[in-house]
Amino acid sequence: MNHWPFIIAAYAITIIGTLAIAVASYAGMRRAERQADALTRRD
Amino acid sequence: MHIFANPARFLSIARPLTPWLGWVGAVLIVAALFAGLFVTPRDYLQGESVRIMYVHVPAAWLGMAGWSGIATASLMQLIWRHPLAAVAGRAIAVPGALFAAICLVTGSIWGRPTWGAWWEWDGRLTSMLVLFFLYLAYIALASAGAERGSNDRISAIFGVVGAANIPVIHYSVEWWRTLHQGQSIGLSGSTIDGSILWPLPIAALGFSLLFGAIVLMRMRALLAQAKVVARLKRMTAE
Repeated sequence: MNHWPFIIAAYAITIIGTLAIAVASYAGMRRAERQADALTRRD
Repeated sequence: MHIFANPARFLSIARPLTPWLGWVGAVLIVAALFAGLFVTPRDYLQGESVRIMYVHVPAAWLGMAGWSGIATASLMQLIWRHPLAAVAGRAIAVPGALFAAICLVTGSIWGRPTWGAWWEWDGRLTSMLVLFFLYLAYIALASAGAERGSNDRISAIFGVVGAANIPVIHYSVEWWRTLHQGQSIGLSGSTIDGSILWPLPIAALGFSLLFGAIVLMRMRALLAQAKVVARLKRMTAE
């Protein structure tokens, strides 16, 4: 049995999942901090 | 820990720390996965499929470490009413659930060429699946608590009680000797040959640092959202 398709699938799922949560967390943080800063400047 | 009770003080440390953890973690992950794919030899018994270990084991470690973090944060919330503890618990939950899911999926993919089966109701696999469901329940409870705007003790109690599953996962391979291999890495050494083992601690460290950066980013987002909600409430009241 050729193991490489299994290896590639496992690595792809890990890399895509890790990248997705890292990017989503970064975008969520930037958005929330921008909103907070905008409200602070309005005061 | 009480030093970080002040969100402003926590943010003054978290802001410079986040990119360092993220970038150092990313570099270590790339180096370890490259070594795991192209440098280390194939295993004499498992063949090439042993390379799945470099993503599966860090994911399992983070799934378990994530819940240990939730349990610690929950205890701090219940005992000391630490203001950042609930925020930390909520920030850990989603990445912890993701890595528990990655552990289950990569384990299933590894199982097919090794055991000839995608899934078995083995002690280790089942207790890990229970951990994933615990994460989902914690996310639902913590989100509901946050929407109510209360100091959510229910999710904190759930976080502490759910930690009982962590030793079950750890010792499952000793208590129920079924399909999953026994413990291969311990404090006294490893049964894995050094030529195959060496990228694994690098991958585990890299994924842990990146996990830390993700948790800090999510904590910063939750704190900023809380600040916006508090300010909007004050503006409405004026």
